[in-house]
Amino acid sequence: MLSLSEITGGYAKAQVLEGVSLDAAAGAVTALIGRNGVGKTTLMRGVMGLLPRMQGRISLDGAALGGLPTHARARAGLGYVPEGRQIFPELTVMENLAVGQRQPSRLWPEARLFALLPNLRDRRANAGRALSGGEQQMLAIARALVTDPRVLLLDEPSQGLAPMVVQELARVLRQLADEGVAVLLVEQNLRLTEAVADRILIMARGRIVHDDTAPAFRAAEDELRHRWLSM
Amino acid sequence: MDPLALFTLQVLNALSLSALLFFIALGLTLIFGIMRVVNFAHGAVFMLGAYCGVAAQTATGSFAASLLAAPLAGAALGLAFERSALSRLYAREHSAFLLVTFGLALALTEAIRLIWGADARQTELPAVLAGIVFVMDEPFPVYRLLLIGAGGLCWLLCWLGLQRTRLGLLLRAASQNPTMTAALGNDVGRVRAMVFALACALAALGGALAAPLLSASLGLGSNVIIDAFVIVMIGGMGSFIGTVAGSLLVGFAQTFGNFYVPELALGMTYALMITVLVLRPGGLFGRPE
Repeated sequence: MLSLSEITGGYAKAQVLEGVSLDAAAGAVTALIGRNGVGKTTLMRGVMGLLPRMQGRISLDGAALGGLPTHARARAGLGYVPEGRQIFPELTVMENLAVGQRQPSRLWPEARLFALLPNLRDRRANAGRALSGGEQQMLAIARALVTDPRVLLLDEPSQGLAPMVVQELARVLRQLADEGVAVLLVEQNLRLTEAVADRILIMARGRIVHDDTAPAFRAAEDELRHRWLSM
Repeated sequence: MDPLALFTLQVLNALSLSALLFFIALGLTLIFGIMRVVNFAHGAVFMLGAYCGVAAQTATGSFAASLLAAPLAGAALGLAFERSALSRLYAREHSAFLLVTFGLALALTEAIRLIWGADARQTELPAVLAGIVFVMDEPFPVYRLLLIGAGGLCWLLCWLGLQRTRLGLLLRAASQNPTMTAALGNDVGRVRAMVFALACALAALGGALAAPLLSASLGLGSNVIIDAFVIVMIGGMGSFIGTVAGSLLVGFAQTFGNFYVPELALGMTYALMITVLVLRPGGLFGRPE
């Protein structure tokens, strides 16, 4: 589905990505973990075309995305749930959802969306800034879903959420993957990662240093944690 | 003269001035909202609208034609300028944008001087608009009532446009977070171009409406842009409702200042701005950045 090959790049004065290759398959949750500052968020921004400079190959079902501007990548099928949620604070929940809908969603009509994320139904007329952190996160996910993405990129969606809400999030991500969406999840929360991921990739110093199935990760977890994740 | 009638006439005068100022200030604040930059050329576009209106009326004999030609010319100029020059500058620092729009203001002024000469130009209003009506037994120009109506209509249509149309939604979204607006599949560059063109059309229409009252002259642009800046500062940069409030405050301050304390009139606008900014540095309806 989404395929990255030898991605390098970063910001004006800092090279962050040193050659990242990965595949996010349809119908699976691919999790990307790693310490702070290894380039996970930079990679997500790069996939969306939000980095000042980047080289390498990005393709979606074989079609190259590399030269496209951000809005064209979204239209090609990338849904983006950024770090810090970034909902529109002065728009209502319904308006937040409408921004990404050039036409009504085929896969996520209102009834189905609110069945998946029931908390949003009662908040539909509220401004984004009036929502709780968990509600804002659900809105950020819903806002990406109604663009009917084939790939959903999520950057630390569990940040700042109560454990109950994280469970809810895990359920939603699992359901999306089961319906055929390729989910690429950047997370610090290992419990969430292990609960939903089919594959777990570890990133360090701008590269992927480990790529295996979730059961294999669990089998070698102590060593991997010690080597790549602990502070 | 009955003081109440006098007061009422001044209220109507103030409303008509507020309406004219609203046309230019609204565009300025919409552009600031979505681009985070000030368009120094906006006064020149207002002036261009006045000249285009006069030219269209001279050519066709119809005042209505001037109200059609001016916004079309403004929109065309705005679109061409945004696409050819401004769209290359968003990634740069703001000073580049200020210099380029200031350059456009100078170029427009000189172009107008070349085409229409240095003398002020004015046309006759059609008889039905040139007349007077009696308000509380005092005469009042019909045209000023028309301006109040036009300002109100503009306010209503723009408000509906912002709240009910897709372009309005994208304008509000991009004002709050352009990156996410693009990441949800919207071409923000196109939204910016359309907003800029619309804002220029509004300013030019304001100029054409002002021409019968103020006449089209080369100083028109720089006079009116200062009032528009003050309005946008008072209302809060980028705020629609703030621009409505700011236009009314400045219109009333200038009209009543001129009438009751003419020796202080020039300072009224600035006193108003300073008072508001001391009490609320972001303007009346400004969002904290």
